[in-house]
Parts: sequence; structure tokens; C-alpha cells
Amino acid sequence: MPVDQALYPTDLAWHPVSPRLVMIRRALAGLVAGPLALALCIAAAMIAVPVAVAVAAPLAAALWWLWWAIGRACRSWGYTEREDDLLVRHGLLVRRLSVVPYGRMQFIDVTAGPIDRRLGIATVHMHTAAAASDARIPGLPAAEAARLRDRLAALGEARAAGL
Amino acid sequence: MTTPAPETAAPASPAGELHRLHPLTPLLRGFKFFGAVLAVVSYRTLSDLGASRTLYILPVLIVAGFVLAYVSWRFTWYRVEGRELHVESGVIFRRSRRVPLERIQAIDIVRPLVGRVLGLAELRLEVVGQGTTEAPLAYLSESDAHRLRARLLALAAGVDEHAEAPPETVLAQVPTGDLVISVLLLGEMVVGLPVLAILSVILLAIDLKAFLGALPFLGSAAYGMGRTVVRRLMVEYGFMIAESPDGLRLRHGLLETRAQTVPPGRVQAIRLIQPVLWRRRDWLRVEIDVAGYGGGQEEKLATRALLPVGPRTVAEHLVQRVLGSADVQTALRRPVPRRAAWCDPVQWRQLGLGLTPRVAVVFRGRLRRVVDVVPLAKVQSVRLVQGPLQRRLRLASAHIDTAGRHLATEAAHRDAREAVALVDEISQLARAEREVRRMPVQPVPEG
Repeated sequence: MPVDQALYPTDLAWHPVSPRLVMIRRALAGLVAGPLALALCIAAAMIAVPVAVAVAAPLAAALWWLWWAIGRACRSWGYTEREDDLLVRHGLLVRRLSVVPYGRMQFIDVTAGPIDRRLGIATVHMHTAAAASDARIPGLPAAEAARLRDRLAALGEARAAGL
Repeated sequence: MTTPAPETAAPASPAGELHRLHPLTPLLRGFKFFGAVLAVVSYRTLSDLGASRTLYILPVLIVAGFVLAYVSWRFTWYRVEGRELHVESGVIFRRSRRVPLERIQAIDIVRPLVGRVLGLAELRLEVVGQGTTEAPLAYLSESDAHRLRARLLALAAGVDEHAEAPPETVLAQVPTGDLVISVLLLGEMVVGLPVLAILSVILLAIDLKAFLGALPFLGSAAYGMGRTVVRRLMVEYGFMIAESPDGLRLRHGLLETRAQTVPPGRVQAIRLIQPVLWRRRDWLRVEIDVAGYGGGQEEKLATRALLPVGPRTVAEHLVQRVLGSADVQTALRRPVPRRAAWCDPVQWRQLGLGLTPRVAVVFRGRLRRVVDVVPLAKVQSVRLVQGPLQRRLRLASAHIDTAGRHLATEAAHRDAREAVALVDEISQLARAEREVRRMPVQPVPEG
């Protein structure tokens, strides 16, 4: 998958997030966009059938683009654990890379909504004393989320530094 | 004797045991409540309710305020135990708060105007929390506040708590004349108000009605500009910076005075600011970011300055004292590539970043020059952000995050490849700094 790697250190093994995240995001987007598109098509069909066709074609293209963009956006997430810090990257339009030292960790959240739980994925969020720090990894398989949480907690304790 | 339940009447309190706030506290609190009521009961509610009814309601409200303040005072206690401050408060919902003193980021003594008349002061302990002052003790007598502050600071630093407060040396004082001139030279005063005045004159010349129509807008604009300036004068009047072994001491304020004490190593970031009209005198303003200060706009204004205005030598000396090193001047300014002009045509020439083993220095600003200094030991995380335009131009912005809340440090529009290397460089230097700081406490358990 040819994501431009310029912003991210390329010599590291980046872990992707679970493909189930793509599933959930696509399903959610489909739930919103699908009926909307259908309603538009029906409304257009009530005027005239050619109008409906004229509307449906770009709509289909837009939906396809959304489908594709969600896939890419989810695949843009990646994280890697180095010896002293956690690296998280994500974003397509605006790309972000966060480097958070384990020693700066204040606490870790693992959250999972009802749909996430059903599919067995969770979000891990590492908090530092800085409000701007942004180390959130969505769509981790539950076991990996738990492993990461415990590992980060242990590393954080070992390397803890005061404010 | 059994341990006295704090709810009952005053326990026989030996020294170092439970203390109450000053008995005049309810009076001052009541006055504050009175002020709040007056602010709410505007002329309109008065006319809505009718004067006679207001006359009934107002005293009831005021009396209720004083009674509530009294009850809350009766139920509030504090004591110092070990290296903790305990505060018990609340009438219906009791709250018992313990503040570990080694976590203190700063201690302020605030004296509101009425408090100064009555000889009362509020002691505010700043710890990192949810953005408000987590442990305010309002109110104590002034001498008690000073004694308690010295004791808490001594305990926090781990020295004898009954020792005399260490002597302080004055580092700088801001003459009122300089402060007034500096404020008059701000953009709001030099550009904003004249523009408003000219606008009003033009409008008046055209049509009185148009002027009256625009009056609310003009008025609120003038009020907005005037207010920041006036507030700054009020808050930063008589600014004095002193240094003592237990920390940096800042004293300032015209009506409400504030004495801040920031223990060593609590400053998360420093910002040097030079508005364009200060350049001829080479004046600088220095702001600091201490974790724990936060809260409202008012609080921010009151706690951000280290030096409201001063000559460059003084400002640089202060920065050096705060950081404990003269590193800042040795930081070589690395410019951004020429193509950054597409992202920021105005100030791309001024953008820059310097790194030394101990600090990161970020430059920006065309007219109002700003230099951010972040001690690397305080770095919480480093981030790279690359927008669509930046990606096309192979640029990226590096953010350096600290635990402070006022100052966000961003080294904007750097070469993407350099930015990636920079993040690594900053992370490594910061790690080295953290290790150095940690060494004396415990050996590094490397695995």
C-alpha cells in the first residue's frame, strides 16, 4: 500500500491496527450515507428517471470514494514501541506523528464501545501531563490492547520521571 | 481524649493540629457574595420586581449569603501532617482533601482589596489537576499566610519546617513609568484605539444616526481593547522579581496583590515577547508557564508574567536564572527552507529553531517577535504535524508539548526530513535530561 512514508521514520516496524476498525467505520459511514443516498435517488426518480440516473452516478462514485478513503484512513494508523518511547502515526490529509516517552505516562485508558466489544477491538489512549500529547491508538484487537496497556504501564513505572 | 470529630465544636487544638480559617472569613466571603448579587440584580430586574419587593429580597439574600459563609467557615479546617496538607470542608457533602507537598507547583498569596483592608490573605496551592486551583485556603491572616507558606515550602523541599523563611534577593523591579509606557506602546493602544476614534469621527461626519447605530460595536471594541490593557496594568503594577532558595518570588498587583512563589525547576516553558514598538528601547516581556496554574482568563492573566517589561539584559538574566544555565544564547538558529514562504509568506524568514543539550528554542513573529524556550527536561511529548500543503512542499511542523497550559511551542514549516530527525534528536536529548534529573533519587533500573 503506497502511503507516502516521508513523515515517518522508515526503519521501524510499524504495527497496523485491526482491519475490523475498517469494517466498523465503513459500516457506520454506510448507515449514515447509504439511506441518505437512497433518499436522494428516490427523490430524483420522482422528478424523472434520467435525473435519477444523473444523480446516482456521482453518488455512487462518492460512496465508492468514501469506502476507499475509510480504508486508507484506517490503514494510516500505525504504532511502534521503541526502547524508550511509543510512536503513533495517523492521518491522510493531515499527517501526524506522536512520540511519547514511557517515562512521561500519567495513565492509560483502554476503551471499547458496544460494537467494538462485539468485534473484539479496543482503543488504547496513553495520557501525559501535557494536554496536547496525542497518543491514541484505535482498533487494537482486545488481547493486543491489554498487552500494550500492561507493557506501557510497566515501562512507565520503570522509567517514571517527575514533572 | 478521643479524636475530636471535626463537625463538633472547636477541638482543643495543639499547635500543628487542626486550624480554622480566619474568623473574619465569613465577612469577606459575604461581601463577595454581596458584590455578586449586586452584579446580578441589574437595573432591569429591579424595575421588573418593583422597588419595594427588591427591598425585601435583597437583604434576605445578603443575610443568607453571610449565614452560608459563616456555616461553611465553621466546617472548614486545615492542618499540616507529615508532608501533606489536609483540608476538610463542606457542610452537607464533606470533602477531605490531602495534598502531598512535594507535588506543589507553586504557592500564591492573594490579597483582594477588601482583604487588604481587613488584613486577610488567600493562600493558593497550585498542584497539577483539573485546571482550577485545587487547594485554596481563603482566608488567613496575613502573618499566618506567610508563616504557612514558608512552612509548606520548607516541607516540600524537605528541609526543617520550623526554620525561618530563607532570605530573598531582588532580581528586578519594574518601574511604573516603564510599565505604563510599555502598555501604551502595545498594538491595541497605538493602532486599535486610534482606528476606532477615526471611525467614529467619520461616522459622525456622515450621519449621526449611523454613528449611534455603530455605537454598540465601537463601544464593545474599545471596551475589549481597553480592558486587556487596564487589566494588565492592574495585575502587573509594581512588579518585583526576587529569588530565594525556596524558589522564585513574584509580587505584583495594584488593587488585588499577588505574591507568587515558584519552587526551583517548576517552570515548564518560557516565552520572550517583543512587540514592534518596544524594539527601539529593546524591551522584552517574559512569560512563564507553570503546571497547575490555569483556571479562568483572570487567573491566566494574573500568573503568566515573569517580567512584564524590561531591558534585554534583565530579561536574559532572568531566563538564565530560571533555567539554571546560559544555554539559550548559544542555541544556533536553524532557519526554515525558502519554500516555507508558500505556507507562511509573512514571517517565514523569522521562523527558526535552536537546540542545545538542555533547551529547545523556537523563534517566530514578524512584528511581534516571540521566542519560546522549553527546557528539554520538561518535554512531555513531541509531535509532527503535516497538512496537505506542507506535504506537497515537503514541510512539517514540530510541536513540543509540556505540562503547562499557556504556552504551546510549535516549530513550524521545517523541512520534513529534518523534522523527522529533529523529533528523534529532541527525544534523545530530553531522555538524557530526564536521566540526569533522576539520578540522585534512584539508580536507573535498566533492563
